[in-house]
Amino acid sequence: MKRRSDAFSSLAGDPRIRGIIAQVILLAVLAGVFGWLISNAADALSRQGKVFGFEFLNDTAGFGIIQTLVPYTERSSYGRALLVGLLNTLLVAALGIIIATVLGFLIGIGRLSQNWLIRQIATVYVETLRNLPLLLQIVFWYFAVIGSLPGPKQGYSLFGTFFLNNRGVFLPSLVLEPGSGVLAISLVLGVVLAGVIFFVARVQRLREGRSFAALPAAILALIGLPLAALIATDFPVSLSWPALKGFNFQGGVQLLPELFALLVALSTYTASYIAEIVRAGIEGVPRGQSEAALSLGLTRAQALRFVIVPQAMRIIVPPLASQYLNLTKNSSLAVAIAYPDLVSVFAGTALNQTGKAIEIILMTMLVYLSISLFTAFAMNIYNARIKLTER
Amino acid sequence: MEGRRPAISVLEWLRVNLFSSVGDTALTLGGALIVWFLLVPALDWAFVRAVWTGDDRTACIVKDAGACWPYIGARMGQIVYGFYDVAQRWRVDLIYALGALGLLWLTLPFMPYKRVAGVLMLSAYPVLAYVLLTGGMFGIDPVPTQRWGGLLLTLIVSATGIIVSMPVGILLALGRQSDMPVFRWTCTAFIELVRGVPLITFLFMASNMLPLFLPEGAAVDKLLRALIAVALFSSAYMAEVVRGGLQAIPRGQYEASKALGLSYWPMMGLIILPQALRIVIPGIVNSFIALFKDTSLVSIIGFFDLLGIIQSGNSDPNWAAPNTAFTGFVFAGAVYWAFCFSMSRYSQAMERRLGAGTKRGQ
Repeated sequence: MKRRSDAFSSLAGDPRIRGIIAQVILLAVLAGVFGWLISNAADALSRQGKVFGFEFLNDTAGFGIIQTLVPYTERSSYGRALLVGLLNTLLVAALGIIIATVLGFLIGIGRLSQNWLIRQIATVYVETLRNLPLLLQIVFWYFAVIGSLPGPKQGYSLFGTFFLNNRGVFLPSLVLEPGSGVLAISLVLGVVLAGVIFFVARVQRLREGRSFAALPAAILALIGLPLAALIATDFPVSLSWPALKGFNFQGGVQLLPELFALLVALSTYTASYIAEIVRAGIEGVPRGQSEAALSLGLTRAQALRFVIVPQAMRIIVPPLASQYLNLTKNSSLAVAIAYPDLVSVFAGTALNQTGKAIEIILMTMLVYLSISLFTAFAMNIYNARIKLTER
Repeated sequence: MEGRRPAISVLEWLRVNLFSSVGDTALTLGGALIVWFLLVPALDWAFVRAVWTGDDRTACIVKDAGACWPYIGARMGQIVYGFYDVAQRWRVDLIYALGALGLLWLTLPFMPYKRVAGVLMLSAYPVLAYVLLTGGMFGIDPVPTQRWGGLLLTLIVSATGIIVSMPVGILLALGRQSDMPVFRWTCTAFIELVRGVPLITFLFMASNMLPLFLPEGAAVDKLLRALIAVALFSSAYMAEVVRGGLQAIPRGQYEASKALGLSYWPMMGLIILPQALRIVIPGIVNSFIALFKDTSLVSIIGFFDLLGIIQSGNSDPNWAAPNTAFTGFVFAGAVYWAFCFSMSRYSQAMERRLGAGTKRGQ
């Protein structure tokens, strides 16, 4: 009796044993909670006469979507609607990332400008936009700004080419005619050729210390190849210009007011974060680095290109990537202004029609999760590549 | 860096800061254009052309009118209290006043007994707020959560998120650093899952999916479900902030505490966490700011928080005028901005004050 209690107390006193016991308890609790939740859900579903499953993805959706990048009609399936929503999310995210990056770098550099006025403007921009909820900015742009724009006839125009009114933004567009496949092929070839040029230049520079002018050569490959293809095939593409016909614009490409509002709000908001990242990145490079580069005889441009920017980018890129990810996740706020993104189309309309709450919300989360994990994976590779090799 | 500079004349200052070269002058002119075309019309709209008095839309539909401020005045009650019964608003006032007092006590550097105030604000205050706001006890009338709204709801959601996410975030961060694999995996999985999805899907889960996972008849209040979603969401972000602090603590601190014979919890509670949290105060405040802004998302799932109540007010036919929506959003923006900006300024001041104690003179 006595011996057994001794054994027990010494077991409980051993931190390793205690750790194992705690972990077993945690596992049991987790299993219990999940089992309880799942059995509740099973009960609830059987009470409502529903079955858990993904067969509904093949059913006819029956609702229209105002912006579709791939063919979609009301007779398409829910699975197709999911794809349309996902593509709309990726569209607004890609455009937003481009605009936010350009704007953010400009404002971030403006924060460090020698010019007092520019510095003040950049500071006010950052301090204003960062401290307002993004959702407020989205609904502000959509309901207040776009909502008060005049109709197509009285709307604003820039150079008679770009038009802004309460139907959205109208831009000229490229029209691909038969035979334009050559153009696509030549574009791809141009990109590949530019990559090869950079690679060869890099190998040569590493071996011989100098190399040919890689950048002009690459630009020539990128522009010249498609141009040559266009000339050879007698220009199978043309521009379509928007023009007012009757009550609305014809021709060109239309950005829906929802897309425009979401894009403006997302990119200006994210730009305020990117500006701070850029500022911190540039400030993070010690002053001695540029002094040393200049005293080695590098010109100011060379010092920037080979010494300052590479080191600043090492600081900038990881948080920049997480801002890109934030922008993508934040695009889900589209649901507030009914831009047909993944959440709005799938977790909104499709969920209300099918009542498949569990399946649809899990799938939506899974899509965002995959985007996040993919970005994290890419960032890990990047970080491993640029890691400082110390002695 | 802040060395004393020799006094310079105004002209000299202008030359150095605005017109040092041709490019600089061009930038100054460009900047002046931005100010002229954005700031001046904005001020003109908000103050000069604004309508200040009136009882309904007729005051605000005059030609060239700017902001419609009487609209905000007329809806002020709803903006501050939501649909809380007018006769019961003293309860909200009391909570507002006590909260403001407590925050002042905690943030003003010269106030004594900060620890007592902190403990009271984290324990007694939430309980008191819960009892007073929901009612139904001690002879005060119950007010259902559906009637909560406006700034009150925004503050409740953010305060709950802040109060819950601190301890839960710390536990998750400790779990993620734990030697015990089951704890480490569970916490890592939770943190990464939550951080990988947008908050709105989490809120949809709370409003659409969660009821299915609870036993039949267990009706959990809709607001409570949203509060849990927001609190769990911000806990995951808080955990990552705290983890950053934990990773910045030198190994020697852990080894020294173990050498002194401290076991895990005393070591963490007395040695590691106080240092780690102190390092990440700016990060913690940043996630409070993010949380405060994110509370506006509850308006998407049907709550009338500050943003939600402004949006519903903007479609009030009594006040239908060209500038109503602008006015409403600008006012809501000003309120959100005031809260977020003061939080960020406080965190910067705090950072300087803490830094002053640890950094050596430069």
